[in-house]
Amino acid sequence: MQVNEFKPKIVAFCCNWCSYAGADLAGTNRLNYPADVKIIRVPCSCRVNPMFILRAFQRGADGVIICGCHPGDCHYTSGNYYARRRMTLLFSMLDYLGIEKERTRVEWVSAAEGAKFAATMNEFVEAVTKLGENKRLEDLRCKKQ
Amino acid sequence: MQETMIARAAALLADGTVNRVLGWKKGEFVYDITPAVFTSEEELKSDFVYDDFCGNNLSKYLIKESRKEGKVLAFLKPCDTYSFNQLIKEHRILRDNVYIVGIPCDGKISTEKMKAAAEGIVDVQVDGETLHVDTLYGQKDVSRTDVLAERCVSCKSKKHVAYDELIGEDGEVLESNRFDMVAKLEAMTPDERFAFWRNELSRCIRCNACRNVCPACSCEKCVFDNDASGIANKAAADSFEENMFHIIRAFHVAGRCTDCGECSRVCPQQIPLHLLNRKFIKDIDELYGEYQAGEDTESRAPLTNYKMDDVEPSIVYQRGGK
Amino acid sequence: MKKLSLSQLPALFAAIAEKETLYLPVDAEGGARFERFTEGKTLTGELNTVRSAKDFFFPQTENLAEFKMEGKNIEVIDPRTETEDFVVFGVRACDARSFSILDKVFLVDPVDTYYKNRREHGTIVSLACTRPHETCFCQTFGIDATDPEGDVTAWKTDDAIYFEAKTEKGDRLLANLSDLIEEADDTAVKEQKEAVKKVMDRLPLKSLTTEGFGGDVMMEKFNAPEWKSLSEACLGCGTCTFVCPTCQCYDIRDFNTGHGIKRFRCWDSCMYSDFTKMAHGNPRTSQLERFRQRFMHKLVYFPANNEGEFGCVGCGRCLAKCPISMNIVKVMRTLGGKKA
Repeated sequence: MQVNEFKPKIVAFCCNWCSYAGADLAGTNRLNYPADVKIIRVPCSCRVNPMFILRAFQRGADGVIICGCHPGDCHYTSGNYYARRRMTLLFSMLDYLGIEKERTRVEWVSAAEGAKFAATMNEFVEAVTKLGENKRLEDLRCKKQ
Repeated sequence: MQETMIARAAALLADGTVNRVLGWKKGEFVYDITPAVFTSEEELKSDFVYDDFCGNNLSKYLIKESRKEGKVLAFLKPCDTYSFNQLIKEHRILRDNVYIVGIPCDGKISTEKMKAAAEGIVDVQVDGETLHVDTLYGQKDVSRTDVLAERCVSCKSKKHVAYDELIGEDGEVLESNRFDMVAKLEAMTPDERFAFWRNELSRCIRCNACRNVCPACSCEKCVFDNDASGIANKAAADSFEENMFHIIRAFHVAGRCTDCGECSRVCPQQIPLHLLNRKFIKDIDELYGEYQAGEDTESRAPLTNYKMDDVEPSIVYQRGGK
Repeated sequence: MKKLSLSQLPALFAAIAEKETLYLPVDAEGGARFERFTEGKTLTGELNTVRSAKDFFFPQTENLAEFKMEGKNIEVIDPRTETEDFVVFGVRACDARSFSILDKVFLVDPVDTYYKNRREHGTIVSLACTRPHETCFCQTFGIDATDPEGDVTAWKTDDAIYFEAKTEKGDRLLANLSDLIEEADDTAVKEQKEAVKKVMDRLPLKSLTTEGFGGDVMMEKFNAPEWKSLSEACLGCGTCTFVCPTCQCYDIRDFNTGHGIKRFRCWDSCMYSDFTKMAHGNPRTSQLERFRQRFMHKLVYFPANNEGEFGCVGCGRCLAKCPISMNIVKVMRTLGGKKA
């Protein structure tokens, strides 16, 4: 049997008000999702600057996911609407440059959706595992020899 | 045209409407034209030039010029007026201190294309659609269409969207094929696209000419020059940094880029940078409705706006490409 | 003088590449550039490369040192590996001269060992110009485009290529190639020189002189009122500095890799707002001062410190590439000629 040794590094930007609480709920409910997901808490999904995403890839991430409140539920009324446009355009641009589009994702996760959080992460990790290591947006200097 | 412009500028200087004129100055050769400020009729008569080589977009200079003493006259081509309008919208130019004279443009010649067509250019005579080129190695005729700048071949508009007065007739917004190359790239496989952009962006020498010439890049301090940003860099030490600089720069001007094409004109390595900006413009048009930056000074830009029913980012997984 | 038939040129490249790494200018998107020779690559027909040849000795970025932290210990690592011998083929006269200008900066005390190491391992084969462009003005700086400096000088005619070794390194290179090249007289080379000199006499910048510049006119040039209009349209980009074969300013920066530090140097440009930045910022606060610095350095400060040698070789790259077409020729035309 061949064992796939590759474990992707995933960075998840979670908004403080919904998705981070959703992750918490997943934890208290003892739902499993891979430990390779590193959560970074942000005040709102629209706090995520495109640079953060590129930086994550530079420093060794294989996939980046942004989680925020469902459209209409933003704690700041409209932050996630702006994030939605920005991320759509950014992902489209990454795809245009030939970078695998499956490495980036946006999901709306509410504070009550612990199960959705865990399912989303499992699914995303699986998709990125299939893609393998991030080669197209890597910075060789950051690789450990 | 040049004579009419000089006469008009001289008249506006004489009657005190303006105290200086922003235009183009003759160089050492026929093509090396420099943007310059003129303050007298004598200067205008000896050095002012307006011809097929005056490609520079003068709008960005007005950020500084409009903050100086007195009113400045600026000659703007149709596509320059879009950049001007966008800068007015962003409160970067003080409109009251600028007097805009719209001038017609029937396309500018690309110096790079010209040099590729004729080696050792000494003089160029424009004769309708033919250019008679004197070179160090003899005479050569070049077709004007062949050496027209890429941005002019797919010109989007001959209409002036802002002016105080016009010389000549105003033109129309044109049907342009400017997204053809973007569509062609979109239709490729990700591997092909990756190879295409590596070949282009790996030539980047990070001279910042694209950024510094860009009318949309008017930040007081660029994030790439700001040590506190954590991403400041002066050279791309890794292929990642080549990609990052151009992705982020294109993103920072998304929704504000008027597609004037200056970035590609000035690139010493001839990287088709406009293809990055046009991708954003095309996506915005398709996903959020037609939008031309600089067309007006009132509307909200696509990235500072939203609709409740905007498409989800997952649309990217379903769209285009092989 | 040695000779090789042009049809044999690929064989010559292969023979050099067998022993050492060979770089030569090839055609590429956006203009010619130096590339490592592999089978099938051919010499460009272009006059010169977009980037100058200084990259070989003074690359745009170069790692100087690495630091690794282990507990309270810091390990300092020298990342340099043994530099292999290499040959750069087809350097034009202007770029060939630029090396001696760079030497005056990097090989004086304190010697830059990174640069020195590369210089020692590199052999330059320069190639005489046959079709100069209107932007060429190497004559202004006393450079003979028909007989360039280098370890070996080459002349390409319609059917052959001629070589002459000018240094010991050059002798060694040609000795290694003795199977391919044969003795020849220099009639064809002389004819070419004569023909090209006639073209050189017709160049539009032939009349450009360095008169009025040099180490002794410092304050007069520094205070010239013309700098204002000359620098007015400058965008403050680094195109002129980065395509320039003699610009040699650099910055040293640290890059945090997440598991250590890489200290590297990279080209810098006096046109930038953060050039020579200190605690209080850039000492040159306006673009006028930055613009003036570049040309004062090449035309006044450099000759003041280097027995009158100017810091320009007249390659014409800045004339071709400046986004606003402001360049050293326009500066020299405007400020030259006058004596204090």
